Amino acid sequence: MAAITHTSDHSHDDHHGPLHHQFESIEQQNESYIVGMWTFLVTEVMFFGALFLTYTLYRAMYQHDFFVAHEHLSIPMGAFNTIVLLISSFTMVLAVHFAQLKRARAVIANLWLTIALAGVFLVVKYFEYTSKFADNLYPGPSFTANKAVFEHNGHVPEIDLNHAQIFYGLYFGMTGLHAVHIIVGILVLAALARMWMKGNRLVTEDFVPTELVGLYWHFVDLVWIFLFPLMYLMPKPH
Amino acid sequence: MSATALHPSELPEQPSEPKNYLNVAHTIKSWLLTGDHKRIAILYLFSTGFFFFLGGLAAAVIRYELTSPAGVVLESETYNRVFSAHGIIMVFLFLVVVIPATLGNFLIPLMVGARDLAFPRLNLLSWYLYMAGGTIVLAGMIWGGIDTGWTFYTPYSSMYSNTNVSLVIVGIFLGGFSSITTGINFIVTVHKMRAPGMTWFRLPLFVWSMYATSVVIILGTPVIAITLLLVVFERTFKLPIFSPELGGDPVLFQHLFWFYSHPAVYIMILPAFGVQSELIANFARKRIFGYHFVAFSSIAIAGLGFLVWGHHMFISSQSMYQGVVFSLISFLVAVPSAVKVFNWTATLYKGNIRLQSPMLYALSFIGLFTVGGLTGLFLGSMGTDVHLTNTYFIVAHFHYVMVGGTVTAFLGGLHYWWPKMTGRIYNDGWAKINALIVFMGFNLTFFPQFIAGFLGMPRRYHYYYLMPEVQAYHIMSSAGASFLALGLILPVFYLGASLKNGAKASANPWGAHGLEWETTSPPPTFNFVETPVVTDEVYDFDPVSEYEQERATQEMVHPGTPGLLTKDGELKTGDRE
Repeated sequence: MAAITHTSDHSHDDHHGPLHHQFESIEQQNESYIVGMWTFLVTEVMFFGALFLTYTLYRAMYQHDFFVAHEHLSIPMGAFNTIVLLISSFTMVLAVHFAQLKRARAVIANLWLTIALAGVFLVVKYFEYTSKFADNLYPGPSFTANKAVFEHNGHVPEIDLNHAQIFYGLYFGMTGLHAVHIIVGILVLAALARMWMKGNRLVTEDFVPTELVGLYWHFVDLVWIFLFPLMYLMPKPH
Repeated sequence: MSATALHPSELPEQPSEPKNYLNVAHTIKSWLLTGDHKRIAILYLFSTGFFFFLGGLAAAVIRYELTSPAGVVLESETYNRVFSAHGIIMVFLFLVVVIPATLGNFLIPLMVGARDLAFPRLNLLSWYLYMAGGTIVLAGMIWGGIDTGWTFYTPYSSMYSNTNVSLVIVGIFLGGFSSITTGINFIVTVHKMRAPGMTWFRLPLFVWSMYATSVVIILGTPVIAITLLLVVFERTFKLPIFSPELGGDPVLFQHLFWFYSHPAVYIMILPAFGVQSELIANFARKRIFGYHFVAFSSIAIAGLGFLVWGHHMFISSQSMYQGVVFSLISFLVAVPSAVKVFNWTATLYKGNIRLQSPMLYALSFIGLFTVGGLTGLFLGSMGTDVHLTNTYFIVAHFHYVMVGGTVTAFLGGLHYWWPKMTGRIYNDGWAKINALIVFMGFNLTFFPQFIAGFLGMPRRYHYYYLMPEVQAYHIMSSAGASFLALGLILPVFYLGASLKNGAKASANPWGAHGLEWETTSPPPTFNFVETPVVTDEVYDFDPVSEYEQERATQEMVHPGTPGLLTKDGELKTGDRE
């Protein structure tokens, strides 16, 4: 068995470096990776798309209750997180840029910076989630029966708590799914940073693997760019 | 290897078989860790076959139960679990997977002239995801079962059912990712891995239809994945999305579900169209009529398929005007489907038709799919649908499309490419008889269901003592199901026997045209010795030489071997000038 594997490896000795056997040239391989990544992102758009549709429907149905429920969210925290993610996108772009210039140390620094910013995002998210849990604003039988948690400017508004529960169901569902994507992103970024640090030719000789991770990271950021205004920045319904 | 032995390449002539993808390694590990698309296709062939067998067992129990108006063996609760198991296994673990993952996996790299799919390891991952998903679904069905039907309608599935809904859904979720990875792989392969000279309009129509299928897969599957996940979240964390008591909308689930599950019908039938185009062109020995129309009709079906889901919901609370629009667009889908049927029949016209077993399947496909498609129009118009919905008319309709269409085409494709996949010729006589058994058994099973349904027999019921007049139809149907079962089991034997006793297949046993026939049968691991360069169209049977025509006629009069003369076969030496 080992011998067979060995010979089949040798028969492709002319393919140096990171070129896989199924490809003719490094260009074909890179283009395939990029098309594959974009196709994957299309599936991600559809994945989140169903949730955004659900959100749109319920927000249209229960405008007032959604507005009141959303006022419990902290706009400063959400805005801070938005800025954090935007900066992380910028460091990611820098990482890809330096990968094109083959400046490994700059790439590594920027990748770790991106990871750190993602970590900051999750920490802020953690505090946000804790404050919601403290007020029993997580869906389920123990969802708050106390309208006072929605007090705003010293005034307790009218709200249908069932619909508020739908809002928080969507809030936790959508931001939670987004957070899962952030965590996956951190893992992928860390793996990529490690490969750069070890000088793995798969990533150092060509910037495309770094760019693929970048595409994913920008997608995750972009989801948040939609989530932030939808969840945190509602106009007052008439 | 010892130093004294001669290196195989130093031997003057190689007595053993040349290395191909099957005999290159024999260990179980070499199969389970393979990146070879052909081996993964074989893995899928066995695993989908296994799940098809289980789904078929459930069908057998259902058909037995329905022979009496008062039921035979099952309690109502058990019956619900059995038909749910049948539906879920057949839809999610067989029909959606079978042609793309077996024939598609095997043929797409061969047909486009590539060494493998673009992402071989992703391809292997998809098989593991499929197996993991399938195992979890089975576990859920064995320990407790699931009684929601394959549609998982809320609020029953999300709030009331006490069965293993969550576990089964997790299994389907994993299976969905298997589909998605396959879809991504195919799309990238078709875009980027085509051999030099293989332009889009030189692609075999099978590749076109697999491409359209992949587009539907990547756009639809994520939606069902998240929708079913929401049901799980609602069951486990009480996330209130579909629960009416909190103001949620259960009909939203139906919209999201059918947004995938109607296009899923095209995931099942588009690959069958592709197989069909290959079979018809080859066994009519003629360039397919209207290549561009057939190719673009696949894309049109994929596109329109996403705009018709509401026709499953005419009796839900959706607005009547919405229903009108959905009904209208549903009729539009009939246009590209009919384009295909017309083009296949037009290809037959003045063709040099060879009635070998794959062609018998292909011809029965045309008939069965036409019946299935046209009855779909009855169901797509709102007035008749209100009468026919949730009856056996629907059951008969989609079985005509799914079994009469997809399964027939799969069998036809399996027979057609069997010599390429295994390097062996099977007994064509048995295969022909089997094609007839499948055709007759199928019609006997499902045609009576149209009548029973029209008379008012509801689906998913196992007691019908208030309308004993439909018992005759049920008994006919059950008798037909026994025939059909025979026709689905027989291939295991005669195809299996060909592995042992079958004659060795030449590279091109059907005298077909296309890259997959230019490499050996079975192909070597990297498919082609040298990357092929494509210089002509794929269905280039023209001009059919007089000699070839005579050969074909002779073949029909004296049906000996299914093997036919290749374009550069040895027999051609006797050709006249």
